[in-house]
Amino acid sequence: MELNIGLRNTKSAIFKGIIVFFAFLITVPLIVVLGYIIKQGIFQVNWHFLTSVPAPVGETGGGIINALVGSFIMVMVAAVVAIPVGMAAGIYLSENPRSKLAYYSGLCVDILQGVPSIVVGIVVYFWIVKPLGTFSALSGSAALAIMMLPIVIRSTEQTLKMLPDSLKEAALSLGVPYHRVILKVIVPCGFAGILSGIMLSIARVIGETAPLLFTAFGNPYLSYSLTKPMESLPHLIFTYATSPYDDWHNLAWGASFILLMFVLVLNIFTKVLTRKWKVQL
Amino acid sequence: MESTIVKAENYNSYFGDNHVVKDVNISINKNEVIAVMGPSGCGKTTFLRGINRMHELIPNATSKGKILLDGENVYDMNAIYVRSKIGMVFQRPNPFPNLSIYENVVAGYLLNGIKISKADKDVIVEKSLTSAALWKEVKDSLHKKGTFLSGGQQQRLCIARAIAMQPELILFDEPTSALDPISTSSVEALFHELKANYTLIIVTHNMQQAARVSDRTAFFYMGELVEFDDTKQMFTNPADQRTQNYITGRFS
Repeated sequence: MELNIGLRNTKSAIFKGIIVFFAFLITVPLIVVLGYIIKQGIFQVNWHFLTSVPAPVGETGGGIINALVGSFIMVMVAAVVAIPVGMAAGIYLSENPRSKLAYYSGLCVDILQGVPSIVVGIVVYFWIVKPLGTFSALSGSAALAIMMLPIVIRSTEQTLKMLPDSLKEAALSLGVPYHRVILKVIVPCGFAGILSGIMLSIARVIGETAPLLFTAFGNPYLSYSLTKPMESLPHLIFTYATSPYDDWHNLAWGASFILLMFVLVLNIFTKVLTRKWKVQL
Repeated sequence: MESTIVKAENYNSYFGDNHVVKDVNISINKNEVIAVMGPSGCGKTTFLRGINRMHELIPNATSKGKILLDGENVYDMNAIYVRSKIGMVFQRPNPFPNLSIYENVVAGYLLNGIKISKADKDVIVEKSLTSAALWKEVKDSLHKKGTFLSGGQQQRLCIARAIAMQPELILFDEPTSALDPISTSSVEALFHELKANYTLIIVTHNMQQAARVSDRTAFFYMGELVEFDDTKQMFTNPADQRTQNYITGRFS
């Protein structure tokens, strides 16, 4: 067999060129989208924009404080519910991977992850909005919590599964009871990974519009009440962008810019924190 | 006057239907160093893990018979209590990566939520690290993470962690198999010193190690305790043909 070294090297070089090209190519859409939103949105943002409620039609100015506060409250309430529940389920799944319950709840998590967000919205509408007779921030939070759950569960499970069994054995052999082994050894050792899952789930749901359409509904006024309709950033963008008014379009661009920056900062923050808190095994 | 600390009576272990430790009877005295040797899969580690009830943590694992610790059957006691009375050192060094060297030594107290004063902790840390021949090397870096140490140092840290709980008995599951020769000899040298205060049971598949460190040796083969005798006697004049075959290297 004759080995054509030159041809082989050329093929390798071409292959390498192709993967480098595509790796570069995928950054283009992100940069273009980022650049466009920054260009359109950055000049809308000022103190007035961040601190006032939207102006009535026909008046100039107005801001997005109602949506900022609304998004913050709804995501926080969702997180307070979804994080402990998701972590507990994730711990169970990683601890008992072979049990029947783990199989079925794992299956449910996968399906839940695939449920379109608008469907989650409709379900919550029938569960909470209809019985209560009103759109409410609480129902919005419920929809967001359902969206967050699979991400928190899977990231907790995957992180804890990567920890070596020897860690658990070390603690158990010291006579440490099981619940303390989990809470004092396993979870702290996997904390960086769990945290990054939590941050990603927040970044994911903060931009969700569909589940809020029939639940939190939206509100042109500033509201702090969980039982009343509440505005959110993505919903505000949706309403303003589909309106016929130019200055509303500008507000939508400003709000998009804020939302994008939030997600970007959250992602960078997560990367830094996980690197800092990562436990060296 | 020798007194028995651990005694196994008709002890059997199973993984599902697989009978891995068969009807073991053995009696171990205080302040002895016991080596448990035998080829891979002979049940020596399973037997060891039966003593502090770590065996039962594996799904499907069961056991029968008695293990008496100071005359009391460990299977009648609370498993958590048993494990806090018996120290254990594993094959691979496993210091807690989220804790400092200092915290690792007192991990048995910290993780169990046992409150002790800072002064007591300081004493325990220094004493345990000194006993584990690690104090000199780490006394200036006690608050660094334990995982920054070398493999041999990490293993001695794990020994210090076991000693800190003041057990009477310490179990070693092939404690040097993941270590380089220099670290191995430092850990072996430690066994001689620990003997004064503790009873050691050391599982090893390294015959030379068994010969070097132990007073008495138990030879396991296919789940049976074939022979248990003075180490010298065992290596010079074994009673059983299978023991002879093993130490002459006819099977490993």
